[in-house]
Amino acid sequence: MSASTSTTAIPILSAKGLQKRFGRVTALNGSDLELYPGEVLAVIGDNGAGKSSLIKCLSGAMSPDEGEIRLDGAPVSFRGPQEARAAGIETVYQTLAVAPALDIATNMFLGRERRRPGVLGNVFRMLDKAGMRRDAKTALDELGIGTLQDITQAVETLSGGQRQAVAVARAAAFGSKVVILDEPTAALGVKESGQVLQMIRDLRDKGLPIILISHNMPHVFDVADRIHIQRLGQRVAVVDPKSVSMSDAVAIMTGAKTVA
Amino acid sequence: METTTSTLDAMTGFSERKGFAAQVQRALHRYPTLSPAFVLLVASIAFTVLSDGKFARAGTIGIILQQTAVMAALAIGQTLIVLTAGVDLAVGTGMLLTHLVIAKLFFERGLPAPLALAAGAGVGIGLGLVHGLLVTKIKLPPFITTLGTFYVFQSLGLVYSQARTISKNDLGGLNSLLLWTGKELGFGKLKITVGVVLVFVMYLVFTYILTNTAWGSHVYSTGDDMEAARLAGIDVTRVIISVYMVAGLLYAIGGWVQLGRSLSASSNAAVDVNLETITAVVIGGTSLFGGRGRLSGTLIGALVVSVFRLGLTLAGVSPYWQNFAIGALIIVAVGLDQWIRKVAK
Repeated sequence: MSASTSTTAIPILSAKGLQKRFGRVTALNGSDLELYPGEVLAVIGDNGAGKSSLIKCLSGAMSPDEGEIRLDGAPVSFRGPQEARAAGIETVYQTLAVAPALDIATNMFLGRERRRPGVLGNVFRMLDKAGMRRDAKTALDELGIGTLQDITQAVETLSGGQRQAVAVARAAAFGSKVVILDEPTAALGVKESGQVLQMIRDLRDKGLPIILISHNMPHVFDVADRIHIQRLGQRVAVVDPKSVSMSDAVAIMTGAKTVA
Repeated sequence: METTTSTLDAMTGFSERKGFAAQVQRALHRYPTLSPAFVLLVASIAFTVLSDGKFARAGTIGIILQQTAVMAALAIGQTLIVLTAGVDLAVGTGMLLTHLVIAKLFFERGLPAPLALAAGAGVGIGLGLVHGLLVTKIKLPPFITTLGTFYVFQSLGLVYSQARTISKNDLGGLNSLLLWTGKELGFGKLKITVGVVLVFVMYLVFTYILTNTAWGSHVYSTGDDMEAARLAGIDVTRVIISVYMVAGLLYAIGGWVQLGRSLSASSNAAVDVNLETITAVVIGGTSLFGGRGRLSGTLIGALVVSVFRLGLTLAGVSPYWQNFAIGALIIVAVGLDQWIRKVAK
């Protein structure tokens, strides 16, 4: 296929020969993946193709039985999502992982709150609320979603698309190297999906590489630079959305068509 | 036609909804302390009118504050636990056991008062640690855990004290540090105690901690959406254990205030306190489902309970009706909470 011919650069994130078995079920059977700087790599595959196992291995939620993951060329192994995050791999889960009753700024800084400098922060552990709100606002503005009037409003008062935006902004805001988005448009309407897709393009244009897992072919073909097709626990193809049709991609995904 | 409208409503979301009820709902969602404050205000005015002004006197207000202090201290810990979607049914008996430990160590072991208090704090924190470990490690529901320890603590208190009361003189007399919380501070006709001031300071301290520290945010997020908190890198197990331990520390503080209030230590003091703390928390607008609520609401809720008790008496209503009023208030408060939460849907 026409895959990755132009990309001679070193992948920022790569996986080689990942194996994962659950009892007698093989979820991953020697799966590979490469993500290059500045690209959106879509991962598609039928249910049970090993998509989510692959992503869980990359995001630290699961460790592979065999195989190697490299970040910036160096081998890494994560014992949990925290370690992956600390290494610069941020994942936005389908379930959205935001605390509904907390405000936008608190959610964005949840788990990595910043304290005030000096005695107030060191002794009285006072949070730098003003600073965190300012930075949260900046991060959202940069993603073109500064339309949120009030950074102190509870996340539950936001629309689905806005919540997604907060989750994505959080993932992108902390000097992350890679952002993994798991079905970011699955629960959204047409207009909101469009906003989220635009956000993905904006992030990519800023140089942040993104792995996008999606079932929605039009969305995948809309934003992806390359499409990784997963089938039966393996990568069966990487295709260029500009030269492959949607129906061909689906055919490869379901095994109706094989790749030479 | 109707279907179209409701679909449209669902699509445009609540921000488009108009009308007085929706505005009230949104205001209460944003400022959950509004409704208990309103209840406190209306009840105070009503009782003042019904009691021919007796209710509004400085003397009455002083009594209300003194009567509320112990329960209000324990309600701080209850609020923290409820914010994590837990509950502590054993606050009262935990406080009783702790205050007996303080009294006995002082009276029988001859420990200096500050050391006896410190030991009481240690015991309280230890009881909280037991709760925290049972809830997080053994994964028992908080309701069951603390229902069990409610009885265990009560029994231990009886065994330990042999149901004997330790009197004022045994506690070192009125000038003892153990009874310092009962020392009266007069502001004109308003008579409050050191204990009242201490509890108020605790509210300020814990409000600061909840609203201005990372730990506070972690408590809220743990109760709001535990999975989201965990994925954000928060050690929710540690948060929950620490919350129960803080509640345990407040057993000791509440116990100290109790010593000053009754000027004695007894295994049958403050029997109503267990459930009343939950009442205060619920009336104060904190959701039993966790994640939302404020300490200021709990303080108001605690005052509402005392205001109803004393106000009804002063208004000449039979004391048999007191719990009816409190019970009705709880049901209204929880109903209101459900309605407010619909804003999110």
